[in-house]
Amino acid sequence: MARCRVLLVIVVAIACLLACGRTAPEGGLARLRTAGVLRWGGDIQGGEPYVYDDPSSPGRLIGFEVRLADAIAKELGLRAEFVQNDWSNLVPSLERGTFDIVMNGLEVTDARVGRVLFTRPYYAFAERLMARKDDTSIEPALTALKGKKVGTLANSLAFEMLRGTAETVIYAGVEEPYADLVSGRTEAVLLDDVIATRYGAPKPELRVVGDLREGYYAIAVRPSEPDVAAAIDDAIAKIAARGELQRILEDCGLWNERQPKLVGWSAADQAKMLGAPPAPPSLGRGHVVLFLKGAGVTLLVSTLAMALAMPLGLLLSLARLFGRPALSRAASMYIELYRGTPVLLQLYLLYYGLAPVLKLGALPAAVIGLGMNYAAYEAEVYRAGIQAVPKAQLESALALGMSTRLALRRVVLPQALRHAIPNVTNDFIALLKDSSLVSVITVVELTKQMTITAVDVRGWLGPGLLCAGLYFAMSYPLGVIARRLEKKLEGERAAEAAT
Amino acid sequence: MISVENVTKAFDTRNVLDGVNVRFARGKVSSLVGPSGGGKSTLLRCINGLERFDSGRIEVAGLELGPSKRPRPTRAERAVLRAIRLKAGMVFQHYGLFSHMSALENVMEAPIHVRGLAPAEARQRAQLLLDQVGLSHRRDAFPRELSGGEQQRVAIARALAMDPEALLLDEPTSALDPERKLEVVRVLHDLAKQGATMIIVTHEAAILRDIADHAVVLRDGRVVAEGKPAEIL
Repeated sequence: MARCRVLLVIVVAIACLLACGRTAPEGGLARLRTAGVLRWGGDIQGGEPYVYDDPSSPGRLIGFEVRLADAIAKELGLRAEFVQNDWSNLVPSLERGTFDIVMNGLEVTDARVGRVLFTRPYYAFAERLMARKDDTSIEPALTALKGKKVGTLANSLAFEMLRGTAETVIYAGVEEPYADLVSGRTEAVLLDDVIATRYGAPKPELRVVGDLREGYYAIAVRPSEPDVAAAIDDAIAKIAARGELQRILEDCGLWNERQPKLVGWSAADQAKMLGAPPAPPSLGRGHVVLFLKGAGVTLLVSTLAMALAMPLGLLLSLARLFGRPALSRAASMYIELYRGTPVLLQLYLLYYGLAPVLKLGALPAAVIGLGMNYAAYEAEVYRAGIQAVPKAQLESALALGMSTRLALRRVVLPQALRHAIPNVTNDFIALLKDSSLVSVITVVELTKQMTITAVDVRGWLGPGLLCAGLYFAMSYPLGVIARRLEKKLEGERAAEAAT
Repeated sequence: MISVENVTKAFDTRNVLDGVNVRFARGKVSSLVGPSGGGKSTLLRCINGLERFDSGRIEVAGLELGPSKRPRPTRAERAVLRAIRLKAGMVFQHYGLFSHMSALENVMEAPIHVRGLAPAEARQRAQLLLDQVGLSHRRDAFPRELSGGEQQRVAIARALAMDPEALLLDEPTSALDPERKLEVVRVLHDLAKQGATMIIVTHEAAILRDIADHAVVLRDGRVVAEGKPAEIL
């Protein structure tokens, strides 16, 4: 009986999988009606006031977009269901079919207009420029930002505006740009007023310089489903007409003089908002140059980090194996701590956490963060190498009157380091790839360059392949060298074992 | 020249050396024999300071070493240990040649870096020593290219290069096949004829019969018999 039930569960599960995998032949709206669910994509990391965890009951989502999604779904006779997705990948995920629509502070930009179908806007925002109170050199004009370090989010409207004028510093979160502005790492921050009001304005050191232009948040729909876009347009029109939109925005403290025009939004307004987007640039020489620059940053960060990790790792392994008990314990603790916590967290703590006391530049922080993390791994590689040297050799050296230090330097380490070379090379390859993590502390390396370009040219395949090709070109020769060294050492070890 | 007085040493609860009293005379070849686990190798390693002991005292050519429970020697102890090691060279069962150095470099290493000998002089002496153990033609070979017997002979030359007053050999032939054993025994025989002071832990009949002047039997950490090898065994 129990077996029958298990079988039934499996059959049902397979049927479900097949049903999910099948693409609906009918229109998007009919598909939604069949499912009874409107799945909308967003990123709760964007925080208040968009979509975020209710602090009084964790696990429950609140925010003005949650209420709007519920209202729209109700209007369509559906149930709204939130799907969490990394913000920078919302559009590709929409194209893949991970959810039906995107609604998460997605600004109407030229790059996006060519790629998705935008409904009528549900919010009108301003691009707000903020600077430090004591810095009067920042003026409310885009041209005045030339050569200044300005923080913003990747692939945002502000990012597009700043291109070619300011030296853009790219962040992944909304809190960090203002923290870095306060600490002096940047000179200004250009972001939506919704973000500026909540994350920038409360900081007493900062001032609002001015609003540079207006923009809109709108819902993105797949271009193949215009009927869904039309239905949502109708729904928003009704919600706005009966004053519900105003109520939602007022409740969240978002209603202002820019919003009333959303109620009587016309086809002409929509056409003006979308504009005539220029044809997407194809992946060209300019991009390749940017990619090579990104690859240069990747190589620089990795090489310098490894140059730090190797000597530090050696000291750690020696301290662990031969140091006084207290020193040995400290080294062990360092190794376990750095190996037991995510390098991403270490980078955050080093760059943002320590900022009040130690204001490291992004590149030095990246090198030190990765270097200190990899030192823990190199320490273990060296330890294995040291322990692979037969104990009789160390004892022979001591018996010949050498001090432990001399014996290590002349006898043990030359051999241990040779044993360690293949593993160190392999770690360097891993580091090349791990270095993409430093984009969280605003270093634009190869992977970050790829994600920026992918949005630019509206496709991931070309930039992705180019990026992969560059990583491969850097790591493959190292891999070949590592394998060759490994083979050579293996031969020597076999010969030693034979005697 | 080497005296061991009332030395005890325990690993966990097992007494490896249980009140050992023994003297080794200058210019004589002594052999330590007895069942395995009887404490022979441990005694040898205590004399050289590679192992510390729990109580008693050991004197090597006028240098005195006391007991210690701590794994790390103090600064003063380190100086005594190094002085003792310069007086008593050591040869191990598994040779312990430095894998990344040629035979000649193995022999030159300590004279240059411990004694401060000029490299040219160290090289010359190393060549003489390799010649003495019959390996002058193998001086550029690396340990992995040498047979076990050859490696052990290089190890003996390496120990001799420091001009020790005594040589401690820990089962120098037991890892070798019979033919290779003979090469090493021949070298030891030559050294004995030249009047070298040696303490050899061994089971090798040829060494006991032809080389050793004196035999000490250790069992369960105690000296149970001592005398001329022929009488003892």
